[in-house]
Amino acid sequence: MKRALLIGVLLSGVLALVPLTNDAYWLRLGTTMLMYGVLALSWNFIGGMAGYPSFAVAAFLGLGAYTGAVAQKFGLPMGWAWVAAGLSALLFATLLGAALLRLRGHYFAIASLVVAEVLRELVNSATELTGGGMGLNLPVPSMISVQAQASFFFYAMLALVLLTFVATVITTHSRLGFGLRCIQQNEAAADMLGVNTTAFKIAAFALSGVFVGIAGAIYASWVHYIEPPDVFDVLYSVKAIVMVLLGGAGSVFGPLLGAAAFLTLEELVWRKFLEVHTGVLGLLIVLLVMFLPRGVLSITQLWKRPKDHRA
Amino acid sequence: MSQPTAAMPTNATPLLALDHVSRDFGGLRAVSDVTLSVTAGEVIGLIGPNGAGKTTLVNVMTGVHPATQGTIHFAGEDITRIAPWQAARRGIARTFQIVQPFPEMRVLENVAAAAMFAGGLAHGSEANDFAMEQLRFVGLGEMALQPAATLTLAMRKRLEFAKGLAMRPRLLLLDEVNAGLNSTEVDAALDLIRAIAARGVTILIIEHLMKVVLNVCSRIVVLHHGELIAAGPQQEVIRNPRVIQAYLGRRYATDPSAQVGDRS
Amino acid sequence: MLFLQILANGLVLGGLYACIAAGFSLVWGVLNVINILHGSFIVLGGYLAFFGYTQYGIHPFVSIAIAAPLFFALGYVLQRTLINRMIAAPVLLTLTLTFGLDLMLANGMLAAFTADFRKLILDPPLGILRLGALVLPIDRIIAMLLALGLTGLLYLTLSRSRMGRAIVAVRMDREAAALMGVNVKHVYALTFGLGALMAGASGPLLAMIFPISPLTGPVYLGKAFVICVLGGLGSVPGAMIGGITLGIVESFGSLWFGPEHATTLSFVLLIAILLMRPEGLLGRKGYA
Ligand SMILES: Nc1ncnc2c1ncn2[C@@H]1O[C@H](COP(=O)(O)OP(=O)(O)O)[C@@H](O)[C@H]1O
Ligand SMILES: [Mg+2]
Repeated sequence: MKRALLIGVLLSGVLALVPLTNDAYWLRLGTTMLMYGVLALSWNFIGGMAGYPSFAVAAFLGLGAYTGAVAQKFGLPMGWAWVAAGLSALLFATLLGAALLRLRGHYFAIASLVVAEVLRELVNSATELTGGGMGLNLPVPSMISVQAQASFFFYAMLALVLLTFVATVITTHSRLGFGLRCIQQNEAAADMLGVNTTAFKIAAFALSGVFVGIAGAIYASWVHYIEPPDVFDVLYSVKAIVMVLLGGAGSVFGPLLGAAAFLTLEELVWRKFLEVHTGVLGLLIVLLVMFLPRGVLSITQLWKRPKDHRA
Repeated sequence: MSQPTAAMPTNATPLLALDHVSRDFGGLRAVSDVTLSVTAGEVIGLIGPNGAGKTTLVNVMTGVHPATQGTIHFAGEDITRIAPWQAARRGIARTFQIVQPFPEMRVLENVAAAAMFAGGLAHGSEANDFAMEQLRFVGLGEMALQPAATLTLAMRKRLEFAKGLAMRPRLLLLDEVNAGLNSTEVDAALDLIRAIAARGVTILIIEHLMKVVLNVCSRIVVLHHGELIAAGPQQEVIRNPRVIQAYLGRRYATDPSAQVGDRS
Repeated sequence: MLFLQILANGLVLGGLYACIAAGFSLVWGVLNVINILHGSFIVLGGYLAFFGYTQYGIHPFVSIAIAAPLFFALGYVLQRTLINRMIAAPVLLTLTLTFGLDLMLANGMLAAFTADFRKLILDPPLGILRLGALVLPIDRIIAMLLALGLTGLLYLTLSRSRMGRAIVAVRMDREAAALMGVNVKHVYALTFGLGALMAGASGPLLAMIFPISPLTGPVYLGKAFVICVLGGLGSVPGAMIGGITLGIVESFGSLWFGPEHATTLSFVLLIAILLMRPEGLLGRKGYA
C-alpha cells in the first residue's frame, strides 16, 4: 500500500513538470489524460471492484459540470463550485445507488445508461437555470495569460487524479475493498458471510460518482462553455470502461495505464481520421474486446506475485 | 391432531426457536408450520427426503428466504425479518449444499472474509491469523495461498467448514456437507464435526442420508413435504412408524440405496 | 373524441414499436446479448428504403422484402464471426463489443449519408382515412399492419419452423439442446440474423413515418429497451404487449407533457418499472 502510494506521488511529481514545456498542445492533451484517469479510476470502484457494469459515468460528469457551472452563475467562487459539484454527485450517486443497485447484469447496465439521458433531457428543459440547449458560458478565471490558465487547470486535474488514486489505494486495502471483491466474486455468498452488500455497493457507487462530478466541474471551467450533449455524452461512460479494460480491472495502476494508452490511441485516431474518428474508435473497441479482453492486466498480474499479497 | 414438536423438556431458553414457521414459493408450501427449538450446545440432526424443505428451512433461518408465516427467535431476539448478513453477524453460520467459494480469491482470503465480516475481527493480521487457525483445524493449512477454484470438492467442503468456523458462530448449520463425498471423506468429515461440537458450537446437521446423523446427533427431527413429522431421541425417531412409512418406506421402495443407516 | 384519436395514434405507434422490439428481445432473451447495433440496423433499413425509392423508384413496401434477406445475412455473419466468440463473456464485454460495432456503423452512415434528416415522401400520397372524427393517415395504418404482420411472421417462425424450435430449445436449455444434436453456434447466428432482419425490415416502415438520420439510431434502441422491460424478454407476445403499451404511453405523454418529453417519460417509466420489478414487468428470472 505504501509502495503504491509512493509510486503515485512520484508519478504526479513527474507529471507536474509537463506545464514547464509551455506547449499548449501537450497541456491540453495532459489535462484530458488526467481527466480520463479520473473517469477510469472512478469507474473501477463500481465496475472493477464490485463487478457492476455501470454506464453512469456520463451522468456524473454532466451533473458535476452543470452543478459547477450553475453554482458559479449564482456567484459561488470557482473552487467552491467544484466542491459543490463533488457533493452533488456524491449525493446523487448515493440515492441512485440505493435504487439501482438492486438490479443485476443488463438491467443495471441499461438503467445506469438511461440516467444520463434523463438528466440531459432535464437539463435541456430547465432553460432558465441551465440555458437549455443553448448551453452555458462559464466565467473565465482571472489569470492573465492563456498559458497560466492552461497550467492551472492541468494542476487542478492532476490534484484530482491524485486524490482519486489515493482513494483507490486506500479502498483496495481496506475492509470496504475486501468486501467489494467478495461481492464481485459471489454476492449471495458475501451476504451470507456478513458483508452488508447493499451498503458496500452504495459506497462503491458513491465513490465512482464523487470524483467524476468534480472532474466535470473542472472540465466545465476549463472549456468555459458546456452544453448537454457534450457533457452527458454516453461515450464518456464507454470510454471509462474501455480504459479500465485496456489497463486491467482490479489493480490500482490499471485504470491509469489504460487512460494513458487509450488517450494515445484516441489522439492518433483523431488526427489521422478526423472524418470517421468515432468509427475507428469503435473498431479499436471491437479489437480490444475481441483480442485483449483482460487488457494489459495479464501482464500487470505478473508483477504482483502471491507472497506480498494481503487479504 | 397433535403436531409433534422438537421442544426439549428443559426450561432453559433455547438458542434457536422456530414458532409455526412456514415458507411459500408461489403456490408451493416448501416449509409448513414448523415448530422447533435448539438448545445451546446440542448437536441436532434434520433429515428428510430430497425436496422435503430442509435447505429452505436453513434459508428461512438465515434470512435468505424470509418466513411467510411464523416467528424465529435466536438467543431470545426476534430474527424473523433480518437479512442474511445480519444473521451471520449474530452468530448463525451456514455451509452450502452447493459450495460457494469466492473462486478467484485465495483460500485464506475466503476464510478471512468470514472472520472479518461475520466474526467481527479486524481487517488485516487479526482476521488472517484467525482464518489460518481455522484452515489448519480443518486440514487445509497447506492450501491457504491457493485460489479457491483450484480445490477439489472434498477440500471445498472443508473450506466451507473453515469459513463457518471463522464466522465464530454460536449456531452452525451444515447443509449436506457430506453429499458427493466418498466414505473415507465422510468419515473424516464426521471427525471434524465431532471436533467442532467439542468446541461448544451448537450444530444443526442437515442430511439426506441417515448414517452421519445417527453417528453424531443426540436428537433428530424429520421433515417431509415441508412438515415436521417426528422429533426426538434418535432411537425413538427411527422406530417411529410415521417416519418409516412416510420417509424411509417410500424411499426404500423407490431407491433402495437410501435405506436407513446401511450405507457408508 | 380527442381521447380516441390519441389512443388510435398510440396503437399505430405501438404496432411499429412491437416490430422494432421483437428482434431485439429475441436476441437478448436467447443469446443474453444486448445488441446495441439494433437501432443503427433500423436506420440502415430506413436508408435502404429511402434511396431505393428516390433513386430507383422501388416502393418502400417492396424494400422490406429486399432488406429482410440482406439483414439476415449480415446478422448471421456478424454473430458467426465476432459475437459468438464473446458469447460466454461477462455482460460488460458483450455490451462494449456491440457498442464498438455500433460506433463503426453509425459513423459509417454519418460519413455516407450526413447527419441531415430525410423524409421518404410517397408520391402520390396514400391519403387519409376518416372514421367519424378519427383521422388516420393510410400510410401509417398500412405500416402498422405490415409491422404487426412481420411480428406475427416471427412468431410463426419461432413456434412452427424447425429453425424456430431449435432457437426455443436453445433458449430453454442450451446444454440439453446441444446434447440433442443442435448446433448451438449456428442457432445463435440464426437468432442474431432474425433479430437483424426484424430491425432492417422495420426500417422502411419507420422511414415512411419519421424522418431518418444516423442520429436516430439510439432513439430506437432506447425504445427497444423500454419495450423489453415492459413486456418481458425473448417472447414475441411480450414485445407486442410492451410495444403497444409504450405506443399508448408515448402518445398520451406527448399530449400531457409535450412531445419533446415523450422519450424522457418512457425512460422514467423504464426505471420505475425496473425498481418495482427487477426482472422486468413480465420477465422471468435467468436471462439477466
Ligand atoms: N428459490 C426457490 N423457488 C421456488 N421453489 C423453491 C425454491 N427453493 C426451494 N424450492 C422448492 O421447495 C421445495 C423444498 O426444496 P429444498 O428445501 O431444497 O429441499 P431439500 O433441501 O430438503 O432437498 C422443493 O419443492 C423446491 O423445488
Ligand atoms: Mg437441500
